[in-house]
Amino acid sequence: MLQVENLTVYYKTIRGYVQALEQATFKIADGEIMGLAGESGCGKTTLGHSLIYLRPPMNYIGGRVVLDGQELPIWDMEKMREFRYRHVSLIPQYAMNALNPTRKIGRMIAELLESRGVNYNDVLPELKRRLDLVQLTHDVLKMYPIELSGGMKQRTVMVVSTLLNPSLLIADEITSALDVSTQKAVCEMLVEFRDRGFVKSTIIITHDISILYQIADSILVMYAGQLSEKAPSEIIFRDARHPYTRLLIGSLPKVGVRYREERLRGIPGSPPQLLNPPPGCRFRERCPVAFDRCVEVPPFLEISPGHFVACWRAY
Amino acid sequence: MEREVLQEVEELKQLPRPIRSEFVYFAWRNTKLRIGVSILLLFVIFAIVGPFFAKYDPHAYIGPMGAPPSREYWMGTTTFGQDVFSQFAHGTRSTLIVGVLGGCLGTMIGILIGLFSGYRGGLVDEFLNMITNIVLIIPTLAVLIIIATYLEVRGILTQSVFIGCTAWPWAARAIRAQTFSLRVREFVDLARMSGRNSLNIILTEIAPNMMSYLLLVFILQFGGAVLNAATLDFIGLGPTRGVSLGLIMNNAVLWAALQLGQWWWLLPPGAAIAAIVGALYITNVGLDEVFNPKLREM
Amino acid sequence: MVRYLGRKIFIYLLTFFVAVTIDWLIPRFMPGDPIGMLLSRIGSRPEAFKYLYTYYVQAFQLDVPLWQQYVNFWKGLFQGDLGVSIWMYPQPVMTIIRRAIPYDIFLLLPAILLSWFAGNHVGALAARIRWLDNTILPLGYLLTATPYMWLALVLVWFLGNQTNLFPIAGAYSPQYRPHLSLTFILDVLHHWFLPFLSLFLVMFGGWAIGMRNMIIYELESDYSRYLEALGTPQYLIRRYAFRNAMLPQITGLALQLGGIVAGAVATEVVFAYPGIGYIILNAVQNKDYFLVQGCFLFIILGVLIANFLIDLVYVLVDPRTRLGMTGE
Repeated sequence: MLQVENLTVYYKTIRGYVQALEQATFKIADGEIMGLAGESGCGKTTLGHSLIYLRPPMNYIGGRVVLDGQELPIWDMEKMREFRYRHVSLIPQYAMNALNPTRKIGRMIAELLESRGVNYNDVLPELKRRLDLVQLTHDVLKMYPIELSGGMKQRTVMVVSTLLNPSLLIADEITSALDVSTQKAVCEMLVEFRDRGFVKSTIIITHDISILYQIADSILVMYAGQLSEKAPSEIIFRDARHPYTRLLIGSLPKVGVRYREERLRGIPGSPPQLLNPPPGCRFRERCPVAFDRCVEVPPFLEISPGHFVACWRAY
Repeated sequence: MEREVLQEVEELKQLPRPIRSEFVYFAWRNTKLRIGVSILLLFVIFAIVGPFFAKYDPHAYIGPMGAPPSREYWMGTTTFGQDVFSQFAHGTRSTLIVGVLGGCLGTMIGILIGLFSGYRGGLVDEFLNMITNIVLIIPTLAVLIIIATYLEVRGILTQSVFIGCTAWPWAARAIRAQTFSLRVREFVDLARMSGRNSLNIILTEIAPNMMSYLLLVFILQFGGAVLNAATLDFIGLGPTRGVSLGLIMNNAVLWAALQLGQWWWLLPPGAAIAAIVGALYITNVGLDEVFNPKLREM
Repeated sequence: MVRYLGRKIFIYLLTFFVAVTIDWLIPRFMPGDPIGMLLSRIGSRPEAFKYLYTYYVQAFQLDVPLWQQYVNFWKGLFQGDLGVSIWMYPQPVMTIIRRAIPYDIFLLLPAILLSWFAGNHVGALAARIRWLDNTILPLGYLLTATPYMWLALVLVWFLGNQTNLFPIAGAYSPQYRPHLSLTFILDVLHHWFLPFLSLFLVMFGGWAIGMRNMIIYELESDYSRYLEALGTPQYLIRRYAFRNAMLPQITGLALQLGGIVAGAVATEVVFAYPGIGYIILNAVQNKDYFLVQGCFLFIILGVLIANFLIDLVYVLVDPRTRLGMTGE
């Protein structure tokens, strides 16, 4: 169970603070796979990373993160070290380059585990079972990363990251470098990991909302550093209440629809810059239904069970 | 992770990039760059103005022999009574000239071969790369020695030409690598698809995107040329007429300035070379930080 | 691995071929009349002049076709015939060079290896200790920017001339003849120390800076970030970074050999240390062209052998070359 309360993270730049994540409040239940979606630069990576690895130029401004009833000291790189891997883990975007090129993979895993006080030989049988599960031969352990294909490296990293059964797994854009069929396999593995109890909660960060439809239990949509909407996937796709979510869903190509009939509807305009963002709802410049109330920041309210929205029009 | 974070910061800012003003801003803030450029400017000004203050012909025997610095002879005199300051001023000038000329030539050959090799790829690249590797292995100084030995008359200009002609390989290698990474970019593809010829694309699309990099290469070539010239001069293969800092050192060692305790003759020229090359290196590091946002200290 | 080394050896053989060709070409095709110049300049030594006159006609074989000259040049080379010295007339060039080489090895090998070793470790420390970084970095840049001969001059001035702590010239004191005794060995080391130190210091600066920058680059790399995100302690991340940063440093060693040659020549000249560099100085001053050419070939040979040894080491430490995954 992950609870995030009023989490605010800014970037320090020479021009001032970039307000990348503003007052984020949400929960993820045990066993829940939550998709985190939005345009690039909306702060979703900031949110994901701040839960595990908050380092400069990211600056912790305020808020709490509670995992399984225990508060994570995310503002302290050193204190956080103990929680990483055992409780919170990450499948990085750069999974292709995440393994030390000059160590055999088995040896690297052994050294990684020993350094966290875990005996490699105790874990080895389980490690092999999981390699089987993702359809990798045990020979991988005797190979150097350069001998593996991209997809193999990706799966290896997935196994390594989840080896200590973390409560929270953050999967950062893990599909963006893969082709469509591999994307699907990787996504199914994440579900499998959850089903087998390797991980409790999962956050899948992606700019490609369509892949979430198949695997995510819920979806959290962000816009310009603010949370827009969080709801079960079904509702996000069928009955979204935030105008930004609707436009985002509307801009997806639908199966069976010819493009000549229904042009892809991009969202006109571009997000505001976050160095000195305008007050109120940050979407209001581009919002087709904005009105004068929108100069106030709309609260992120639960309008029906599990369905949260931050929009004056939706309450 | 840093990379994505920075990328996100870039995206978050969503500002039209004021590249030029940003460059000036960071350049001015960078201490290394300020120190390096100041020292360099000092030497350049000295090389231009210094010889006008030198009262004597650098070769003329005008004063007392082996005299320490005095009001009349600011940096003392040599064993033969030549004015060290006059030699130093003229020497600084020719050392800088060799550095600039040699550095320019080395960079230019490196650019030509590197761009062509990197852009064309295939057999052309194989061939050029092999030549580059071969010239890279052969020690520059050894080749320069053998060439200089057989030159009856050596001038500053010939020296620069030969230094430039032997110093290009690593520049070519570095530029080739840069070109490789640039040529697969979209804007280059676009240019290629629109049917423009290679030379045109190299000149208009690839080269401008490497300007900052080329400047760094030039600075290092400049420093290398100064050092190479100094070493050549020092073992007696310098200009047969004229003065240079390395030549002063060569004479000082040859005529026992060390044993006679004439530090004013022995030590300043090398100190000047060290200062010039050091300033170039510091400038290089500073510029690298300015051009490369990842290296900037927040 | 075989392919990797094979490719390298091919390049080295080709390099040697090119170098020999340069050595052959330059006296023949330089503007002006180099050989005529040679003969006109040695009028002061009648016995050498007489010998050389006939020798040059034979050696350069100006009456046979060019290709024949070229083939003969190679033949002579393989028989170890590099001509006769003028400076040390009538000693063959080969003998003079053979006598000098032990001094070069004795001076260069420790200087290169120790500076590389020390530079790497100090550079790695500097990457994580702030005050060390702030002192080592400027010092390192100062040292690499210093021309070898100037640092040598400064050292010899202060430690030799002013304080008389070390001798200022030669490989051993003139009153000794080389023999095996403790006093002689100590004398040799006493003479060796300053040239060694000046070479060591300049190279050390370069290695320290290189390592410091490489380590920082490795610490920013993806695999380091990943380990850090998994809460791995710093010591393991640093160990990986150090090992991986060593690889470019090994390549760097090969690339620096040319610069080291220049340094060795300059240093030996300052200290009148009887290696190849000092011989070159004398050869240049005495217009001893065969000796210059011979030294050139031996420098190339030394550099090629060193390159090959470095390649062997590299293959041992980088799995990627072992697996034949990289072209270069």
